Amino acid sequence: MRPYFSERFGNASSIHHHGQETRAAVERARESVAALIACKPSEVVLTSGGTEADNLAVFGVVQKGDHVISSTVEHHAVLNSCRHLQSIGCDVTYVPVNGRGLIDPDDVRRALRPNTKLITIMTANNETGVLQPVEGIGKIAAEADIYFHTDAAQATGKVPVDVKRIGCNMLSLSGHKMHGPQGIGALFVRKGARVQPMLWGGSHERSRRAGTENVPGIVGLGRASELAKIALERDQPARMAEMRDQLENRILADVKGTRVNGQGAPRVPNTSNILFDGIEGEALVIALDLKGLAVSTGAACSSGAIEPSHVLTAMGLAPDCARASIRFSLGKQNTNEDVELAVSLIDQTVARLRELSPVYNKEAISR
Amino acid sequence: MLSHKTIAVAMSGGVDSSTVAAMLRTDGYDVIGLTMQLWNQRRLAGHPGIPEAVQGRCCSLDDVYDARRVAETLGIPYYVVNHEDRFERDVVRPFVEEYLSGRTPIPCSLCNNHLKFDQLLVVARQIGAEAVATGHYARVEFDEHRARWLLKRATDVSKDQTYFLFGLTQEQLSRTLFPLGGMTKAEVRALAKRYGLALAEKPDSQEICFVPGGDYKNFLDAYMAEQGEGLPDTAGELVTTGGEVIGEHHGIHNFTVGQRKGLGVATGSPLYVIQIKGDARQVVVGNEGELYSRTCRARRVNLISVDQLREPMKVSVKIRHKHAGAAATIEKSGADDIQISFEEPQRAVTPGQAAVFYAEDVVVGGGWIA
Repeated sequence: MRPYFSERFGNASSIHHHGQETRAAVERARESVAALIACKPSEVVLTSGGTEADNLAVFGVVQKGDHVISSTVEHHAVLNSCRHLQSIGCDVTYVPVNGRGLIDPDDVRRALRPNTKLITIMTANNETGVLQPVEGIGKIAAEADIYFHTDAAQATGKVPVDVKRIGCNMLSLSGHKMHGPQGIGALFVRKGARVQPMLWGGSHERSRRAGTENVPGIVGLGRASELAKIALERDQPARMAEMRDQLENRILADVKGTRVNGQGAPRVPNTSNILFDGIEGEALVIALDLKGLAVSTGAACSSGAIEPSHVLTAMGLAPDCARASIRFSLGKQNTNEDVELAVSLIDQTVARLRELSPVYNKEAISR
Repeated sequence: MLSHKTIAVAMSGGVDSSTVAAMLRTDGYDVIGLTMQLWNQRRLAGHPGIPEAVQGRCCSLDDVYDARRVAETLGIPYYVVNHEDRFERDVVRPFVEEYLSGRTPIPCSLCNNHLKFDQLLVVARQIGAEAVATGHYARVEFDEHRARWLLKRATDVSKDQTYFLFGLTQEQLSRTLFPLGGMTKAEVRALAKRYGLALAEKPDSQEICFVPGGDYKNFLDAYMAEQGEGLPDTAGELVTTGGEVIGEHHGIHNFTVGQRKGLGVATGSPLYVIQIKGDARQVVVGNEGELYSRTCRARRVNLISVDQLREPMKVSVKIRHKHAGAAATIEKSGADDIQISFEEPQRAVTPGQAAVFYAEDVVVGGGWIA
């Protein structure tokens, strides 16, 4: 990325050779993204991230009076876009999930209406890692001849993602979810599918997304895509899953009153969402951070909101259980030693929190 | 106090708490900055009288931003912890219910009792801090002789906030620091400037944090509407102290003891609210002389400088934050109740407010005026 902040500064749309050089870099990156998800480069629209890609998919296709099918566990970029649609004269059906966080494709089929324009359902959930049956949903969309968009930000680079296999017309992906830079992403738009732009201006991205390209970001996204493809081919997912399973099994064995949210559902290999009975997730995250372990409650984007995780709530967790749940995400830089250290920190910290928790002790006494 | 090595500083984004964080950091403590997210300022926005964008109010995005920037300047870890549920349950709801029962509440004391020195202390200990420090103008000391923690007035009496802190227990006081207790506001601002804190000139917030603009009536309307309950009808009669009905009112929450305006009746001489009888929905009015009481009862008393009131004690009693304090004798009159007998009759003793007892600058304790 670095050369593109200084030496290679040409505007990729310019005629002169500086621009051509940068243009080449952008297009190479685009090819890498396309290769990762098995589509054509011309089907890749580069955006400022997963959120913009989700917005473009939803608002680019849906108009007042249309019906949309989504789910209760989508990322806020999709959920809030759908809520906005509802406020401007569209109907949206949010299909539910079961206790393991899985959608039933039949619920999607049953929700179809004559005026359904779009189904937007994520490939993998960002909070729990649960993988949805998107191929089944793709078939339903194809039969009904309606658009199918899937937010695959949490899946691309972690599991093989093939737009033909899924059968989607549109797919969102995000750079920072694949060890790439923040603030960059892409929307796959199948040839023949038409999205109305959200950003009007020059004819960038084949007139689908105006604006001078964030070249360093794009170059970073491209490289991240290449590295992700290599990792997938080298079966890194399996090794990642081993480490994640080790983390989970150790915590479940060492700490009483713990449960994996999404257990039993297929999941991406690096994510683990665990409920720790009787503690405040927020306090646990802070205490662990002060000891050098970075984890999160819910998604990174929700800040100080009064509602507990909508994903966990949709899976049937009571509010205090949702608030007592922590998400652990492993990355390619993590090692088995990291996992061991994490486990011991978690053991100590949860014990301390429970000791100091008036709620936990009251319940323990009354049992 | 010296045994506490890691201190959590409750940071509001204001000058006082920011300066406390800087002072403790400079003194060599491991400081963790915490802001409690207690009330969503956008929640009732749009209701009549409730502003859309609220600045300079606890928990507003601007204040959190300011606190975070100070923490970054000082190089200390900083976190926002969400306790909106508890705040609504233990501060906002009681605030509403008190007004609807004809009393005049002090939410700041409840916030101190339940959130700042209870919930926050729990969180602080959970994340490894042994004590909490705030920017309150007050002093805490351990009295070896009595083997008790004492709460004392701030040196800057004009800023003293001990009136709102009467509910603190020995356990809470043993884990609380008030580093500003011996300083004046001017000294604090000067210190903030020396520490290079950008907000040294930021104005103080004076009103109730969840009632922007200070109009509690708009708040009550908006809150009850949001709850889907609507304001209950407490309209009723305006009566004299002699029992004669002289008019009507539209809701007891519109009145507070000592109020002169808004009565809607004109007689020869000025009339004041003497008492609000919640159950009967009556507002009792009378002349100035009738506003004075010689006695008062305090309920749910918390004692600080002593563990029990074994015999009557001569103290100075504040019945309002801005009250100068009046000489009185206090005497136990029930399990948690205290009877107060003023030497001079006091004006507008208001149920819902606190009666706080002082022996010189030591807070003996306090309770809720019945």
